Amino acid sequence: MQFGIFSVGDVTTDPTNGRTPTEAERIKAMVTIALKAEEVGLDVFATGEHHNPPFVPSSPTTMLGYIAARTERLILSTATTLITTNDPVKIAEDFAMLQHLSDGRVDLVMGRGNTGPVYPWFGQDIRQGIPLAVENYHLLHRLWREDVVDWEGKFRTPLQSFTATPRPLDGVPPFVWHGSIRSPEIAEQAAYYGDGFFANNIFWPKEHYQRLIGLYRQRFEHYGHGTADQAIVGLGGQVFMRKNSQDAIREFRPYFDNAPVYGHGPSLEEFMAETPLTVGSPQEVIDRTLTFRDSFGDYQRQLFLMDHAGLPLKTVLEQLDILGEEVVPVLRKEFAALKPEHVPDAPTHASLLAKAQESQKVAS
Amino acid sequence: MRIAVISAGMGKPSATRLLADRLAAATSAALAPAEVEIQIIELRDLARDLADNLVTGFPGGRLREVLQSVYEADALIAVSPIFSASYSGLFKTFFDVLEPDSLTGKPVLIGATGGTPRHSLALEHAFRPLFAYLRAVVVPTSVYAASQDWADGELAGRIDRAAGELAALVAARPQAAPTDPYADPIPFEDLLKG
Repeated sequence: MQFGIFSVGDVTTDPTNGRTPTEAERIKAMVTIALKAEEVGLDVFATGEHHNPPFVPSSPTTMLGYIAARTERLILSTATTLITTNDPVKIAEDFAMLQHLSDGRVDLVMGRGNTGPVYPWFGQDIRQGIPLAVENYHLLHRLWREDVVDWEGKFRTPLQSFTATPRPLDGVPPFVWHGSIRSPEIAEQAAYYGDGFFANNIFWPKEHYQRLIGLYRQRFEHYGHGTADQAIVGLGGQVFMRKNSQDAIREFRPYFDNAPVYGHGPSLEEFMAETPLTVGSPQEVIDRTLTFRDSFGDYQRQLFLMDHAGLPLKTVLEQLDILGEEVVPVLRKEFAALKPEHVPDAPTHASLLAKAQESQKVAS
Repeated sequence: MRIAVISAGMGKPSATRLLADRLAAATSAALAPAEVEIQIIELRDLARDLADNLVTGFPGGRLREVLQSVYEADALIAVSPIFSASYSGLFKTFFDVLEPDSLTGKPVLIGATGGTPRHSLALEHAFRPLFAYLRAVVVPTSVYAASQDWADGELAGRIDRAAGELAALVAARPQAAPTDPYADPIPFEDLLKG
């Protein structure tokens, strides 16, 4: 089981003191947070991709490349990469380059974004969101697996005798997850390729994701990649912790009440009941996170949203200390004890390489 | 069969609810001897849940159940007071948070209440286009009740005519079957074909 954090990269005013970080401060804070993630023993750092204020991370591989140079073990990922509006050729090349620079510590979560105008800004039509995700990913999948590609589709200029460079490290493409909060087509897509499915379940009730993940698992089996419980599932989470629950709630409440996505709506208590948000003691976070397995089955990756809504960097770093020291070690042990033998871990470059070499040996 | 009755009345008791109840009873009578279950949904009781849904993008537990029951209903009766020349904001919010396509083909009877008869065409100019957009099938007669209509026998005639039209639509239609896109996905080969 992999544990990590994902960041939206929002520049938000701290509601407790009215202070707004500059873009420079926020970008550097994201890097500091990523380095801290490795230091406290987490496995994954994932950055969002946005092309409008108040978000800073428009250029994921630039940021991840910089973090790669300053870390040793951390897996660098995205949450999410816009498969709809980015050129799949550029995704293929950017992430293959990052894969080489980071010695294979790269994977991606594909998504369609949450900002309508990004489509026209990048020359696309939002009504074609699903067809773009389907066609673009199909091309990307080929570009990483075939040295020379002839291709023609609806949304991009055709390719003749095209080779994306550099080729994936060791001939092994980065592992891909498909992220969705509501589209059955994306669960179907992930299942078809035998890719991972990342359900960012932090904003909606679990009943919805049970159906979405259930569909992915069932179709993963249908397409012959393994049994339903061997499908590769990632989940989100959102936590704020202090030693005493009441302290955590008191400190986090103003950030919740003013948060960009759900602020000024339901109460903190209502939102905690409806979504995975857990504000409380480390033990409460452990208990709540373990219930995700009851709801969704054995899963491979747990990412937490820790740095948003204007929380100061110092607080986020304290939160990562608690997460890394008190929560994740317990969760690792508990999840490992519960996981049946036949359920795989999340694929890594090393495991995918070993698998590729194995099948080559069998073939020869 | 089940008919969901949506009342956006604000008062308790409310003239809007009164009209909704009359429409529901007349529809049940017109469908007899078929067994009709009437489900009353008072939007006033869901006001905070609806506002929360606008902010968070998802329906909380209680509202989720109500929405599901509307999706699965065989017909709707939707009644709102006229506020500022149209349906109330709360009424519109309810239809704003429904899943896209969830009312396609569903028989609907629309009604409204107001202080004076002068707002009666709001049903034709505001309500009917809303349900046309949602691809619901609205019966030809809509029922407007101004305060003075409650002393007028003609209101009962309009209620019966509208209820009869709704009953005829419902009876001619197969019972609503819940559709679940998560149970029956489009195969990926078809998606790939574009």
